[in-house]
Amino acid sequence: MLEVTTDWYLTLAAMLFAIGFMGMMIRKNALIMFMCIELMLNAVNLTFIAASKHFGQIDGQVFVFFVLVVAAAEVVVGLAIIVSIFKKQSSASVDVLNVSRG
Amino acid sequence: MVEALLFFAPASLIIIGALIVIFARNPVHNAMGLVMTLVSLAIIYITLNATFVAMVQMLVYAGAVMTLFLFVIMMIGVDKKEQSTDSIKGQTYLVSGVFLILISLLAYVAVSSDFKWDLWFAPTENNIEGTPQLIAGFLFTEWIFPFEIISILLIVATAAAIALAYDIKKRNSNA
Repeated sequence: MLEVTTDWYLTLAAMLFAIGFMGMMIRKNALIMFMCIELMLNAVNLTFIAASKHFGQIDGQVFVFFVLVVAAAEVVVGLAIIVSIFKKQSSASVDVLNVSRG
Repeated sequence: MVEALLFFAPASLIIIGALIVIFARNPVHNAMGLVMTLVSLAIIYITLNATFVAMVQMLVYAGAVMTLFLFVIMMIGVDKKEQSTDSIKGQTYLVSGVFLILISLLAYVAVSSDFKWDLWFAPTENNIEGTPQLIAGFLFTEWIFPFEIISILLIVATAAAIALAYDIKKRNSNA
């Protein structure tokens, strides 16, 4: 039976990142694009954890903790922006947004 | 055998969930696909001896962040039709091409090296368990400065969210 090495985890993370990137590019709904950003952030987290196990050092896991906090802050601000845009334009599509003044 | 199963079962769920996120048309289904991905990732973290991060992943991502997403989906409405025309011509095909190139490159490297990539550093024998005690020991000594900075970041994010959601005109007209 094959042994699960660090390579497999890195491959999984790369695939997850690629899927997140593709979704970011093909979807128009700002909400779905945010979910794709979450996918990419999680792919990076998986890389950190795999490296932490590979090298036997805890710092990777501590850094994942920081990434989680930044992701949470980003989601809070991003969703607040989406809601305030929706109030103005009654649409969450990014193609409708072609002005940057309030 | 069990180890391989504990990797491949969550890994396939992660990929399926991610595909649901980008292809489903109903935003609630997208959110549920994301939950599937996040929970499976937590399982993978446990197999990688990162118990604390797995717990935080479940609480923060699968709990708080997803609740926030669902809340906004319900607020905006799930029945809004997404426009399907590309603003950049052929954008979808271009990105799909890039994606296929990326995946096939990955597959080529994996197959040509017989699934044994020569990583620069050999894996260590030193097996660590990411318990809350161990993480806290590092967080409050070596990483104390970044830790203080993210507390400022969280305050700023909270203030920004309130400022963005607060309707000052409506408030003034009511008064």
